[in-house]
Amino acid sequence: MSGRVLVGVKRVIDYAVKIRVKPDNSSVVTDGVKHSMNPFCEIAVEEAVKLKEKKLIKEVVAVSCGPQQAQETIRTALAMGADRGIHVQVAGKDYESMGPLQVSKIMAALAKKEDAQLVILGKQAIDDDCNQTGQMTAALLDWPQGTFASEVALEGDKIKVVREIDGGLETIRINTPAVITADLRLNTPRYATLPNIMKAKKKKIANMKPEDLGVDLTSRLEVLRVDEPPQREAGVKVETVEDLVGKLKDAGRV
Amino acid sequence: MDQVLDLHQEDFDVTVEPGVTRKALNAYLRETGLWFPVDPGADASLCGMAATSASGTNAVRYGTMRENVLNLEVVMADGTVIHTAGKGRRPRKTSAGYNLTNLFVGSEGTLGIITKTTLRLYGVPEAMVSAVCSFPSVQAAVDSTVQILQAGVPIARIEFLDDVMIDACNRFSSLSYPVTPTLFLEFHGSEKSLEEQVSTTEEITQSNGGADFKWATDTEERNRLWKARHDAWYAALALQPGCKAYATDVCVPLSRLPQIIVETKEDLIQNKLTGPIAGHVGDGNFHCLVVLDPNDQEEQHRVHLFTERLARRALAMDGTCTGEHGVGLGKRALLCEEMGPMAIQVMQGLKDTLDPKNLMNPGKILLPAEL
Repeated sequence: MSGRVLVGVKRVIDYAVKIRVKPDNSSVVTDGVKHSMNPFCEIAVEEAVKLKEKKLIKEVVAVSCGPQQAQETIRTALAMGADRGIHVQVAGKDYESMGPLQVSKIMAALAKKEDAQLVILGKQAIDDDCNQTGQMTAALLDWPQGTFASEVALEGDKIKVVREIDGGLETIRINTPAVITADLRLNTPRYATLPNIMKAKKKKIANMKPEDLGVDLTSRLEVLRVDEPPQREAGVKVETVEDLVGKLKDAGRV
Repeated sequence: MDQVLDLHQEDFDVTVEPGVTRKALNAYLRETGLWFPVDPGADASLCGMAATSASGTNAVRYGTMRENVLNLEVVMADGTVIHTAGKGRRPRKTSAGYNLTNLFVGSEGTLGIITKTTLRLYGVPEAMVSAVCSFPSVQAAVDSTVQILQAGVPIARIEFLDDVMIDACNRFSSLSYPVTPTLFLEFHGSEKSLEEQVSTTEEITQSNGGADFKWATDTEERNRLWKARHDAWYAALALQPGCKAYATDVCVPLSRLPQIIVETKEDLIQNKLTGPIAGHVGDGNFHCLVVLDPNDQEEQHRVHLFTERLARRALAMDGTCTGEHGVGLGKRALLCEEMGPMAIQVMQGLKDTLDPKNLMNPGKILLPAEL
């Protein structure tokens, strides 16, 4: 086994920012808005770095697809302990229409090119909430997948994954190479410290384009409209249960 | 007004508006390797922390708001807006003019309203170690503290819990700490420096009769060791279900700490009060969490008298009647005793000049002239 782990990291609007929809309802406002690494991607990086610290794997490679600013996100992964980065340059209209299908094609191509033993991704991004990239990547590679992972244990050439599912927890054992997607309780990501941020500046980030990997970015989806969620209406207080039932009937709910 | 403005990573400073809390700022900074370490219990507004000169459990290493505010934007009583260190300025040190910045820090809103604060940031610690150690006496615990500081260990947190508090925590969280004065310690630094810090500290505690020195580096382990300290407030309340707790706050020079704690514990026993003690022993500051029945007027009166005696005890030992919690209304008379009439006159003069119509948080800090 190569001992190499690929980790995908996505640059998204920071979770603490109040999102605003553009006046033309085409998308959300991103100009001048604080961006940071997707929280589930932080958990993915942390897990990969932990595996390396335990000497179970040899190298962590952080990958991001996007415009120039994606390099900042890769640098954060490097400061957390990734060894090197790959920036797949996607900008303009291609970037706006890029989604899980395009990213998973890129990740699959890179996994083959880098002879990866493991691909770890966040379970979903907090901007689109798609929860598809890990699954699609595994399908394109015909690799097993351990998604919604809250625990990952390497056991020789197999991996035990405890998954968070609706009914509780499910434990599976899958072969390597495999794709894992990180859920919230997998770990608590470390903060990047100043000395590590300094060291990260010296680590290498390779640049490439999707064409270099033979990937076609054409999207089959067209965003028609983006709206804010409806304003929450005030509740109504009633005096008696009869009133409550009456109001429910009026609203056609009963 | 809840924006983080102007972050300067290389200069270790940031300016924030009043709606930014300390946790929100640290979340904002998480990818930069910087943090703002002052951590009072609540997730407080940073401008509010400046107005009250807040302090946290790691003041022994990182200081309080007084040491960490570089500049303020303040709206005065007459509506003028000033910048206490000059607009946009953020040098790490200065000797330019009167120290207006620290005039407003801790003024509790009585001289002006803070609308922006520029703060000093620090690098996030590379690694942390937490430790716990029990001692045969309060004196032994405080002696250890003094010696640790004298040894030059840049200790980040050094918290004291007395035997009553430890007992409360054992019951509340089903723990089994030895029921005796205990120190909770935390070290920040690089892996190498931590080894040295911990080993120096362990030697010192042992030489003072400290036992059971346990330490941990892993986050979950560290939280487990410190659980008693984290649960202290709730553990105190749980001693008498349905009761409230009143937290006192005094600060004395380190060398007087054993004496004041011992005398305070005797006072509690004599007056039939329950008051577990927790303290930021590295600063000579401690809190007595007096447990009382909200419906028992007589007990409330006894508690009130106890707190006054405690404050006066601290003043008699060259200390202050409030280390962290401020003066507000309740400690105005004690402030007069602490400062003496001449200094109070100067304070009153400042107040009269800056707020002649007494619009700004009237009645706080200074007793009205008629009293």
